[in-house]
Amino acid sequence: MSDEPQTPGTAPRTPARPDDGRGDTDQVSWRGISARTGDGPAHDAAVREAEAEAAGNDDDGPDPGFGRARAGDARRLLRSMLAPYRGLLALTVCLAVVGQLAYLAGPLLIGLAIDEAVPDAIAGDNSTLILVAVAYVLCGFLTAGTEFAFQVTAGRVSQGFLRDLRGRIFTHAQQLSLDFHERYTSGRIVARATGDVDAVRELLDDGIDGLVGALLSFWFSLAFLFVLDVPLALLVASGLLPLALATWWYVRRSTDAVRRTRTTSAAMTTQYIETFNGIRAVQAYRREPRNARIFRTLNRRYTEANTETIVLFARFAPLLLLVGNLTLVATIAVGAFRVADSGLELGVLTAFALYIRRMYDPLDELALFLGTYQSAAAGLEKIAGLLAHEPAVADPVRPTPLPERSGKGRTITFARVRFGYQHGPTVLPCIDLEIPRGQTVALVGATGAGKSTVAKLLARFYDPVAGAVRLDGVDIRELTAHQLRGELTMITQESFLFSGSVADNIAIGRPDATRGQIEEVARALGAWDFIAALPDGFDTDVRKRGARLSAGQRQLVAFARALLADPAVLILDEATSSLDIPGERAVQRALATVLEGRTAVVIAHRLSTVEIADRVLVVDNGRIVEDGSPAELVANDADGRFGTLHRAWRDSLV
Amino acid sequence: MADPTPVTSPWSTRPDQSTVATLLRLRPFVRPARRRLIASALAALAATCVGLTIPIVVARVVDGPVADHDTAALWPWAALLVALGASETFFFWARRALVARALPRVEESMRNTLYEHLQTRPVAFHDTWQSGQLLSRASRDLGELRSFLSFIAVFLFVNAATFLVGSVMLIVLHPLLGLVVTAVAVPIIAFSIVFERRYRVVTRRAQDQAGDVATVMEESVLGIRVLKAFGRHRAMDDRFRALVRELRATELHKARLVGIIWAFLIVVPEVAVAVAMLLGVGEVADGAMTTGELVAFFAIVMYLRWPVESFGWLLAASTDSAAAAARYFEVLDADGELPELARPIDPVRVTGALAFESVRFRFPETPPDAPDLLRGIDLAIRPGETIALVGPTGCGKTAMTSLVPRLYDVTGGRITLDGVDLRDLPVERLRRIVAVAFEEPVLFSMSVRENVLLGFPEGTDADVRRALAVAQAEFVDDLPWGLDTRVGEEGLDLSGGQRQRLALARAVVARPAVLVLDDPLSALDVHTESQVERALRNVLATTTALVVAHRPSTVQLADRVALLTDGRIQAVGTHEQLLQRSSAYRQLMAADSSRFRHTPDIERQPAKEAV
Repeated sequence: MSDEPQTPGTAPRTPARPDDGRGDTDQVSWRGISARTGDGPAHDAAVREAEAEAAGNDDDGPDPGFGRARAGDARRLLRSMLAPYRGLLALTVCLAVVGQLAYLAGPLLIGLAIDEAVPDAIAGDNSTLILVAVAYVLCGFLTAGTEFAFQVTAGRVSQGFLRDLRGRIFTHAQQLSLDFHERYTSGRIVARATGDVDAVRELLDDGIDGLVGALLSFWFSLAFLFVLDVPLALLVASGLLPLALATWWYVRRSTDAVRRTRTTSAAMTTQYIETFNGIRAVQAYRREPRNARIFRTLNRRYTEANTETIVLFARFAPLLLLVGNLTLVATIAVGAFRVADSGLELGVLTAFALYIRRMYDPLDELALFLGTYQSAAAGLEKIAGLLAHEPAVADPVRPTPLPERSGKGRTITFARVRFGYQHGPTVLPCIDLEIPRGQTVALVGATGAGKSTVAKLLARFYDPVAGAVRLDGVDIRELTAHQLRGELTMITQESFLFSGSVADNIAIGRPDATRGQIEEVARALGAWDFIAALPDGFDTDVRKRGARLSAGQRQLVAFARALLADPAVLILDEATSSLDIPGERAVQRALATVLEGRTAVVIAHRLSTVEIADRVLVVDNGRIVEDGSPAELVANDADGRFGTLHRAWRDSLV
Repeated sequence: MADPTPVTSPWSTRPDQSTVATLLRLRPFVRPARRRLIASALAALAATCVGLTIPIVVARVVDGPVADHDTAALWPWAALLVALGASETFFFWARRALVARALPRVEESMRNTLYEHLQTRPVAFHDTWQSGQLLSRASRDLGELRSFLSFIAVFLFVNAATFLVGSVMLIVLHPLLGLVVTAVAVPIIAFSIVFERRYRVVTRRAQDQAGDVATVMEESVLGIRVLKAFGRHRAMDDRFRALVRELRATELHKARLVGIIWAFLIVVPEVAVAVAMLLGVGEVADGAMTTGELVAFFAIVMYLRWPVESFGWLLAASTDSAAAAARYFEVLDADGELPELARPIDPVRVTGALAFESVRFRFPETPPDAPDLLRGIDLAIRPGETIALVGPTGCGKTAMTSLVPRLYDVTGGRITLDGVDLRDLPVERLRRIVAVAFEEPVLFSMSVRENVLLGFPEGTDADVRRALAVAQAEFVDDLPWGLDTRVGEEGLDLSGGQRQRLALARAVVARPAVLVLDDPLSALDVHTESQVERALRNVLATTTALVVAHRPSTVQLADRVALLTDGRIQAVGTHEQLLQRSSAYRQLMAADSSRFRHTPDIERQPAKEAV
C-alpha cells in the first residue's frame, strides 16, 4: 500500500457506540467510559458519568468512594491542624477586636465632636475639642498598630498552618502503599498538594482577613447602635432578615455552580496537560485541530460554569447594598421624627447614619469570602480524604532485628502466600518457595502470570492476604520500612529520574557515596562512556525528567543507583527490557560480579536475562509450574513451558 | 540532589516591559468586551457619585427638616433618599452585570489562544517548558487577569475618580478643610510607590519558592517507587520541609510589608481627619460653617477612607496582574514555529521513497562546543522497503526518527520524500503520509477508539479492529467497555506492553505510506512479539518503514539494516551481511556468550531468512 490513505467508506458501527457523531467533540464520544462506571448499556453508562460530572459529583475520578472524605474528616483535620496555633489564634482575634473597636470609635468621636465639642467651642471652651481630637488620633494609631500586629500574627497562623498541611500531605503520600498510589493516580495527589492547598491558602490569605474585618465591623457597629439607642438599633437589626434570606439563596445556588466550576476545570486541565506532555504524538498525528475543538468545548463548559458563579454574585452583592440603603433611609425617617419630638439627639442620628454605612460596606467582602470559603472547604475535604487513608503497609510497633548479614545475601521464604488486590480476584493462590542465600532465581512466564506480584510482595509493596514472606526467617512485616530497604532493592522497568544531575540521581542509592564510587559503579555497568559524553558529564542536569536521555540510558542510571545501594537482596523486574544488547550485556557482565554474595530475583520476558540465573521458576496463573536450573529444564522436558519459551526465544535471536 | 531550579527559557523574545505597557498588551483580547467594560466603569463611577450624594442629602435632612422639627417637610427628602439608594444599587448591579458574561469570555479566548499557540510550538520548545509551568499560565495567571479586568482596573479608575470628586466636593464645602484632607494623597502615593517596589521583589520570591515546592511534590509522587525502593523518602521529606520553611519565611516577610502599608494607610488619613476636626469645630464655633455642613464634611471624609486605604492594595494587585500578563505573553511570544513554504509542493501520489542526504542534526540547546548528534547521514529507503536502524544506546536513532515527521528540523543536509525536500511539503500532508510509533507510548485519557484514531478521526470501527489485529491488541475486547473504555492517566491503567500495542495500532490504522517505528516491540513478551511480527509483516510488505531495533527479532522485520554509529550510517545490508562484515554490528546484535549458551542439549537453530 504505497498510496495515500483513502477516505474510508461508512462501515457499520457497533450498536454499543455511545454516540454517533465522532466528528463532533461531544464528550461522550471521544472521552470514552470510565472502567468503573456501573453496568448497563454503554450509552447509558456514558451519559450517567457525564451527568454525574456535570452535577459536580465526580470529583475523585473513576473510583467513587475511594480516597473520598468521610463526613467530619475535614472538620477533624481542621481541628487537629489548628490545635498548635490556639494561642496565636486567640491573640489574632483579640487584635482584630481591639482594632475594630478603635476603628469604630472614629464615628463616635466625630459624633461627640459635633454634639459636645461644638457647643463647648461656641461657649469658648476648646478643651473638649482638643480631648476629642487627641483621642481620635490615638484611636488612629491604635487601629494602625493592631492592624500591623494582626497581619503579622495572622500570617504566622496561616503560614504555619499551610506549612503543616503541605508537610502532612507530603509525608502521608510518601507513607501510603504503592497499591494506593496506583489507584489514586499521581495526578490527583499532586492536585491535592497544589490546587487544593492553594484554595485553602487563598482563603487564609484574603478570606480570613476580610471575614474577620467584615464580621467584627458588622456586629460591633450593631452593638454600638444598641448602646446609642435601642429602638433605632432594633430597626437596623430588622434588616438582618432580608440579609439572611439573600445569603441563603446565594449559598444554595452557588454551591452547585462552584462545584461545577471545579469539575469542568479538572477536565480542561487534563486535556491541557496531556496535550503538552504528549506533544510528540499530538504533532506527529496532526491532532492539533481536533484537540483545539475539544479544548474549546471544555473551555466553554468551564467558562459557562464560571460565568454562572459570577452572575449569581452580581445579583447577590447589590441585594446587600439595597438592604443597607433601605435601612439607612428608614432609620433617618424614623430618627427625624424622634429628633423632632426631642426624643433623640442630632449627633446620635448622625452616628447612626455613619455606622449603617460601615456595617454594610464590608459585607461585599463577606460575600466574596463565601466564594473562597466554598472552594477552600471543598479542597480541605479532598485533602482530608487523602489523609484519612491509612497506609496499608504499616511499620511494626516493635520491629524484630534481622540476624547479622552473612556476606552471601539472605534466604527468602514464601510460606503459603496468598494474594489478591483489594476487591480484586486472587492473583497468587498459594506460593511456597525457598530461595537460599546467594542464589539467583529467574521468574519466567507470560504477561499477567503473577511474576511481578511475587516481586512486589517480596519488596513489601503489598502485604499477602495469607501466609508470610520471610527474610532469613523473619517475617518482613516485623521489619521497619527502613530495615527492609537497607536489605533489599528493586529495579523496575520504569526509571524515574529526579531533577538534578546524573550523579545526584545515582547517589539516591547511597547518599553518602563519593564521586569516585559513583563513577566506579557507572563504569562497571558500561554507563560511564555516555555519561562522560553528556555536556557536563556526571553534573549534567537531567531536566524535565530526563527527556534528553534515551530510555536505555535512563535504565542504566537506575541500575547504577541500585548497585550503589549495595543490598543483600536484589530484585530486577523487567529491568533490562529497554536496554539494547550491548547495554544488556554490560549489565549482565556487571551482574555476574555484583550478584556475588547477594540473593537475586530476576523477572524477565526475555530469556537472555535468565542466562545468569542458577534456577528458573516458571509461573503460570499465579502458580509455580516448573522449577529447576535452566539447563535441567530444557534438557528434561524440551516440550515443557520453559523448553518451549526457550526455543521461541532462541529462534528470535538470530 | 540539587535544588530544582526553575527552567529559564530561551524562548522569550521580548525584554522586560513596564507594568503599564504589559497590561496594555491585553487590549486585543479585551476588544470584544471593551464597550461593556467602559460602561461598567461608568456605572461604577455613577454608583460612587450617588453614594457620595447620600451623605450630603442626609446632612441636608439633618440640618433642615430634622433641626427645624418640621416632619412634614421630611417626606420629599425621604423619597429622594430612597431614589438615591435604589439608583446606587442599580448602578452597583449594572457594574457587575455588564461584565459578568463578557469577561469570562475574554479569559476563555485568551486560554484558547494560548492552547492553540502552544500546540503548534515545536517539540524543542516543549522540551524546555514543563507542562506544569504552562498550566499555571492557563489557569492561575488568566484567573488573575480576569479579576484584574473585572475588579482592579475598574476600581483603580473608580477610586481615583471618587477621590477626585470627593476632594472637589470637600474643597467646595470648605476650601481649607478640604485641602487638609486631600493633602494626604501626597505621602500616600509616595509611600505606596516605594512599598510596591519592595513588595514586588518579595512576591516574586514567594512565587518562585511555591513553584519549587510544587516541583518537589510532583517529583516525589511520580518517583514514589524509586523513593520507596531506596528508602529515600526521609531525605526527600527533609528537602521538602526545608523548601516549605523557606516559603513560609518569605510569606511572613510579605505579611510584615502588608502590615506596614496598612498601618501607614490608616494613620495618615486619621491624622488629617483629626486636624480637620480641630479646624472644623473651630469654624463652626466661629459661625463660618453650619453644623450640617460639618456633618456632611465628615460623612464625605468617611466615604473617602476606602479609596485611600485601598490605593496601596490596588497598586500591589496591579503589579501582580502585570506579572501574570508578562508570564502569559512570555509564552505567547515564543516563536520558532515550523517554517513552511508559502506555496508548498503538494504531491498527487506518494510512492514513499525516503532519502536522508548528508543530514546533520543537533538539539537546539546543545552547548556550542559539543559535536552534532548526527553528522552526515546518507540513507535511501526504497518505496515499500523496510529498513531497521541499529546502533548503540544514545547514538541518535530516536532523533533520526523524529526528523521524518519534522518534529525537529535537520540542521544540515536534507531529507526527501519522492525526491522532494520534506520542508517543501505541507506539514499537515507530510504528517499524514508519515506515522510514528514512539519509544515511550503515550496514551491520552480518552477512549481506546479515540486513542487509536488519534490522527485519523474519520476512521471507522472496522479500521480500528484491523489495526488492533495487526498490533495483536485484542485485549481491548476484554476491557469493560471495549473500544469505548477510557484508558490513560484518568482511565484504566494498562501495562507497558498493552500501551505499546495500542501505540502500534495507532501508527498503522490510517495505512500510512511511511511508517516510523521506534523499538515498537520492546515491552512485549516473546510469544506476543512473534505474533505481532507476523501480523506486522503484511503491513510492512507494502509500506516504506524505518524501524529502530535493539534486538535481532525486530531486525528480522526489515529488508535491510542500517548501522548508525558516531553520527553516521556506517554500514547498510541484510542482517547476515552485516553480521559477517561489521564487527560493530556483531557486537550490537550477537547475544553474550554465557555458560547457558553452551549447554550441549540445545542445538543451534538455523538462521532465519530476513523477510
